[in-house]
Amino acid sequence: MSIIDKTAAVPAPRGGSDHTGPLLEVKNLHVEFHTRDGVAKAVNGVNYSVDAGETLAVLGESGSGKSVTAQAIMGILDMPPGKIPQGEILFRGQDMLKMSEEERRKIRGRKIAMIFQDALSSLNPVLTVGYQLGEMFRVHHGMSKKDATVKAVELMDKVKIPAAKARVSDYPHQFSGGMRQRIMIAMALALEPDLIIADEPTTALDVTVQAQVMDLLAELQQEYNMGLILITHDLGVVADVADKIAVMYAGRIVEQAPVHELYKRPAHPYTRGLLESIPRLDQKGQELYAIKGLPPNLLKVPTGCAFNPRCPKADDICRTEIPALVPVTEQNGADLPGRKSACHFWKETIHG
Amino acid sequence: MADLSNNHEAPGEPILQVRNLQKHFPLTQGILFKKQVGAVKAVDGVSFDLYQGETLGIVGESGCGKSTVAKLLMNLERATAGEVFYKGQDITKLSGRALKAVRRNIQMVFQDPYTSLNPRMTVGDIIGEPFDIHPEVAPKGDRRRKVQELLDVVGLNPEYINRYPHQFSGGQRQRIGIARGLALNPEIIICDEPVSALDVSVQAQVINLMGKLQDEFNLSYIFIAHDLSIVRHISDRVGVMYLGKMAEIGTDEQIYEHPTHPYTQALLSAVPVPDPEARAHRERIILTGDVPSPANPPSGCSFRTRCWKAQEKCSQEAPVLAVPQRFQGVDSPAAHFSACHFAEEKQVVPVH
Repeated sequence: MSIIDKTAAVPAPRGGSDHTGPLLEVKNLHVEFHTRDGVAKAVNGVNYSVDAGETLAVLGESGSGKSVTAQAIMGILDMPPGKIPQGEILFRGQDMLKMSEEERRKIRGRKIAMIFQDALSSLNPVLTVGYQLGEMFRVHHGMSKKDATVKAVELMDKVKIPAAKARVSDYPHQFSGGMRQRIMIAMALALEPDLIIADEPTTALDVTVQAQVMDLLAELQQEYNMGLILITHDLGVVADVADKIAVMYAGRIVEQAPVHELYKRPAHPYTRGLLESIPRLDQKGQELYAIKGLPPNLLKVPTGCAFNPRCPKADDICRTEIPALVPVTEQNGADLPGRKSACHFWKETIHG
Repeated sequence: MADLSNNHEAPGEPILQVRNLQKHFPLTQGILFKKQVGAVKAVDGVSFDLYQGETLGIVGESGCGKSTVAKLLMNLERATAGEVFYKGQDITKLSGRALKAVRRNIQMVFQDPYTSLNPRMTVGDIIGEPFDIHPEVAPKGDRRRKVQELLDVVGLNPEYINRYPHQFSGGQRQRIGIARGLALNPEIIICDEPVSALDVSVQAQVINLMGKLQDEFNLSYIFIAHDLSIVRHISDRVGVMYLGKMAEIGTDEQIYEHPTHPYTQALLSAVPVPDPEARAHRERIILTGDVPSPANPPSGCSFRTRCWKAQEKCSQEAPVLAVPQRFQGVDSPAAHFSACHFAEEKQVVPVH
């Protein structure tokens, strides 16, 4: 898979792995949920990759499968009802789906860590934050309680929680929303993983605090040269931090592009619709562009392109044939590195 | 309180005048003999006007008191002090029949369409419920037709009248909430975060609907939200709240293009811009720390603990909401109400 220009400057991944190629590669991943009403196909063949030091933003609405993909990577999918009928998740070239539970446990937390959306419900309310942060060291490194607490204080300093030493024995409810999210970040960073998956890390926060948290995350990512998968629905946050973007719709990636390219000229009608529905200064008082209709029900995804009932460009072919995610080129056929679109009419969308 | 209307060119009498509104929630100690040990100053002296057919946006971080203001205007909470004049009549002191009559004209649309609709009532019952309380609006035999009309107005199929809320998506539920708000033909609708629980592609649909209804029924909106770009799109005037007080208020252009209060400037600069090109040359003011507790607000200006301009004067003297001295008599968009001792203009919104 071609990667955007920035990666050339990025040093090789840390840790004595001789694997070249991307840090994480998801190949043709399918996830379905067996429910009483039928099989909900949450993820239908997702492909993406992340390199060390790179930020991939996965953009999509609720129900697009962006979080389910992340859970599958982490190995925290509820199975059953979840099921992964096919696909590969390669971490440094090794397929994690074929690993034993024991092997995956060694990767989880140590190599790949996750930051969850709602910090209050992700932290245990009856344990101190110091205990919860130290747990990473006790369980994975077999440290003593005392050493683990020292480490916890270090981590809290790292994520800039003031008076860390005094607050290490506080409980989650004694922290504000932004501080709690910092603790979540500290916990994910504890074992200096190679890859962090952040699932809507700032959605529950206020804008001023959001800016602080995103800044911190970017700073730490650079320091440790981590790969970051940022799952979000906020087009603003994505524009601020991402290197490349994968747009998901109904369990498929509909467009992939480097961040500057995507905003400049989207190659999929769904991406275009999302970008146009952002209120802009020069459109004040006018009607906002709105994508008509609703996101599809995953129990009965429309035939052909899943976006066709809402698409202004939909034609007969869209209703019968599922468009493949194909490379996008310039009008003269020149390569556009890293760009792909799953639309029968991508040419018209990007160049029209 | 100063006359707030001189800053505004809208013709006619304001339909709603809020003067020095306060709500303090008591903090008590003891089980049998409750002793008041303090108060959470959720709203601490807010004043503004609302004119016929206009939209006043209120923005601010969580905990700044914007939702409490909404509840006070609806008289769902009793104000500790201050007045709310609806067409010249103070409604904070009303009760019984007189209050009921006023409430007919001030309706509310709530944030979460999943919890604000009773799951055991049909859509027809939910939208028709206001008619039970105010039977003079629609005689019994006429109600079903009225409800169907309302469904049609908000863009839902009138045949859905016998369905239950769980059969609808989030955007459709919010339309039901809006239909209920419209049922009694109110003059003012207070919208508390009406689109923040919705998906991006559905937000635009609901915003468009609200704009259309405003034109059709000459409604006045108080639009409370934390998404600054949506507030700008829909609002004629915008008020910025911080810790129970109004920090700055003016037309959308005055607030967004010429903010003079440092909090407004920080808030605007922290909003992620959906344009990756702006990443490099955007000046961001990242505030340190969190919003102080409203139970124990700082002396003087409540923003001074996070303000980079704070000086001795700020801790001693609370700034009043008025046109700052340096801009008085100046014909400039910067001459609007701003509660800061050191108000000055600073371009923060990236110029499009």
